[in-house]
Amino acid sequence: MRNARWLVPTCLGISLLMFLCAPFLIDAAPQEVTMGVVQKIFYFHVPSAITAMLSAIVCGVASAFFLARRQPLADHVALAAAELVVLFGAIVLVTGPLWARKAWGVWWVWEARLVITLIMWMLFVAYLMLRRFGGPGSDVLSSAVGLFGAVLVPFVYWSVNMWRTMHPTTSVVPTLKAPMMIPFLWALSAFLMLYVPLLMVRVRLEQGRAALDQAYLALED
Amino acid sequence: MTPDGAAAAAFDAVELRDISRHYGRRRALARVTLTCRAGQILGLLGPNGAGKSTLIGIMSTLVRPSLGEVRYGSRPASQWGDALRAHIGVLGHDLFLYGDLTARENLEFFGGLYGLPDLTQRVDAALEAARLVERANDRVSVFSRGLRQRLALERALLHRPRLVLLDEPFTGLDDESAVLLAARLKTLKTAGSVVVVATHDFEAVDGLLDAVACLREGRLRAIDSAGGTVRERYRQAMRESWS
Amino acid sequence: MTGVLRAAWQIARKDLVIEARSRELASMTLFFAVACILVFAFAFVDDMGRPLPGAAAGILWVAIAFSGTLALGRTFERERQSETLRALLLAPVERPAVYLGKLSALLVLMLAVELVVVALVGLLFDAPLGAAPWMLSGLLLSGTIGFAAVGVLFAAMLVRTRTRDVLLPVLLYPVTVPVVIAGVKGTQAIFAPDPNLDLAAMWLAMLISFDAAFITLSLWTFGPVMSE
Repeated sequence: MRNARWLVPTCLGISLLMFLCAPFLIDAAPQEVTMGVVQKIFYFHVPSAITAMLSAIVCGVASAFFLARRQPLADHVALAAAELVVLFGAIVLVTGPLWARKAWGVWWVWEARLVITLIMWMLFVAYLMLRRFGGPGSDVLSSAVGLFGAVLVPFVYWSVNMWRTMHPTTSVVPTLKAPMMIPFLWALSAFLMLYVPLLMVRVRLEQGRAALDQAYLALED
Repeated sequence: MTPDGAAAAAFDAVELRDISRHYGRRRALARVTLTCRAGQILGLLGPNGAGKSTLIGIMSTLVRPSLGEVRYGSRPASQWGDALRAHIGVLGHDLFLYGDLTARENLEFFGGLYGLPDLTQRVDAALEAARLVERANDRVSVFSRGLRQRLALERALLHRPRLVLLDEPFTGLDDESAVLLAARLKTLKTAGSVVVVATHDFEAVDGLLDAVACLREGRLRAIDSAGGTVRERYRQAMRESWS
Repeated sequence: MTGVLRAAWQIARKDLVIEARSRELASMTLFFAVACILVFAFAFVDDMGRPLPGAAAGILWVAIAFSGTLALGRTFERERQSETLRALLLAPVERPAVYLGKLSALLVLMLAVELVVVALVGLLFDAPLGAAPWMLSGLLLSGTIGFAAVGVLFAAMLVRTRTRDVLLPVLLYPVTVPVVIAGVKGTQAIFAPDPNLDLAAMWLAMLISFDAAFITLSLWTFGPVMSE
């Protein structure tokens, strides 16, 4: 991955710049009618959720590859993606209640999307626990878990459409007008720009660990 | 007991090419290259932890090698598919028997799973060969280790496999059973099967082995077909590997 | 295809024969489910000793999930004893056959336990079992299938893992919670004083889509995951 040399710092740099500019853009965006300024956490909350779900799909695809071909790189990507689901999912699960407290008056509500997002997050935490405590061969086993995690994503997405809940539905985002759409896309791009180098760096770390294992093995020869 | 006609056309040799298997940093097998031929009994000797069970696992297709390939006849394992397992019989040291089923039921179950024709005759013959006819309807959980081992061997051979893998088959056997087992293996060899016996019990396999492969810390130290007692050949191989 | 089904049937039949003899799994699972119900029932009654509305459905499904996990662990512990799972994998049958066989046997066991458990819940909570018996059966069947489909895969793949006792629930619950929730919601819609069958049907549809997704995924991953 020779491209990684310039790709990672570039993406990180761009992402950092975008995050620095983001507050200004968000501030300039019009306030939402019912919730006021509190709604603006949406610009971080939703992109985190999108990134987490994207990462879950990446993990699922990489897991499928690993199960089929047993390529070490696929396994490294799956692990890195799973960790990032936990990271970005944590951001969603923190920003969500912060928003909910102000908008709905409670920290948590037992409704569809929150529960399923929490479940998806827990599943990837379980993935990491399996990796950590499962002993040898846990890379193959966790691939199966990663696949199930990825399959949950459409259910997370469609959950708000399927039954009437307090949660804003998915039809909100596509209908955003330009003054709100622009900061939203900006924040989304910033998150994705952050996701890519994090993934690559983590994969590189795993490759290094695998290389170290190989070195230990070669030492015995 | 002759192999089935179809099985006879299956393969004449099992070839391991550069087989390696590691678990993280622990190397279980390192670049093992070995050929096992039909009509031969190959002994896999080595201390505990040498990698014998792992090698048996790889040869039985249950374990994937990290590197290298196994060829059954001219084709590698990947090209055979599920049908390959019809030609492989394994006697693991965990015996693979259902304690809650009777001896007969165990044989009937596995025979049915292997899709064997004339199942009843084969089961009767197997019970006879294991000398368990009177106890055919007793649950396996009440059998002694020796009886279970006899039954487990017949279970492994029920489908007349071309490749017979035995992992520590002499463990816990009394002398009489050990002699019977050795005789059985010789019959298999004469019938043209590829027989591989992994063991650390040299006395039991004396006079039985046509070839000896010595494993140590995952490495194949020596393969020899020379004469002498097994213990002597093993010691010789270990000495040579240190020089 | 018929080979797969035939082999699956043989494996399932073997499990059921063993179970019929010892009745160990059935009695243990049933006992545990009943214990669950009693414990939760005590937690969810008001001062007058009446159960909270909607509690019956939740308690029912929690009992099913917990006892199901126990049954899963035990049935694969049995296969581990003489490494018979390896023997099954050594047979020249396609891997999905082993999965389907174990799944079918577990389903029979769980559904048998559920018959008793549902009757008990109906008795203790005065739940209207007859309000929509087909819908209720559909929910129980599809919910159990969804739970068992994932459970058999995870329990089988953890058989050789040292920490399997802890890891099975850790892995199983996040994946099966959606199934349990759908089951609870659907059952609640039926048990409500004013049953809403349309809502129950919606949850049933969701359960069926879970089942389809989980079984397909499990069939696809079982083979690769079981070879070390």
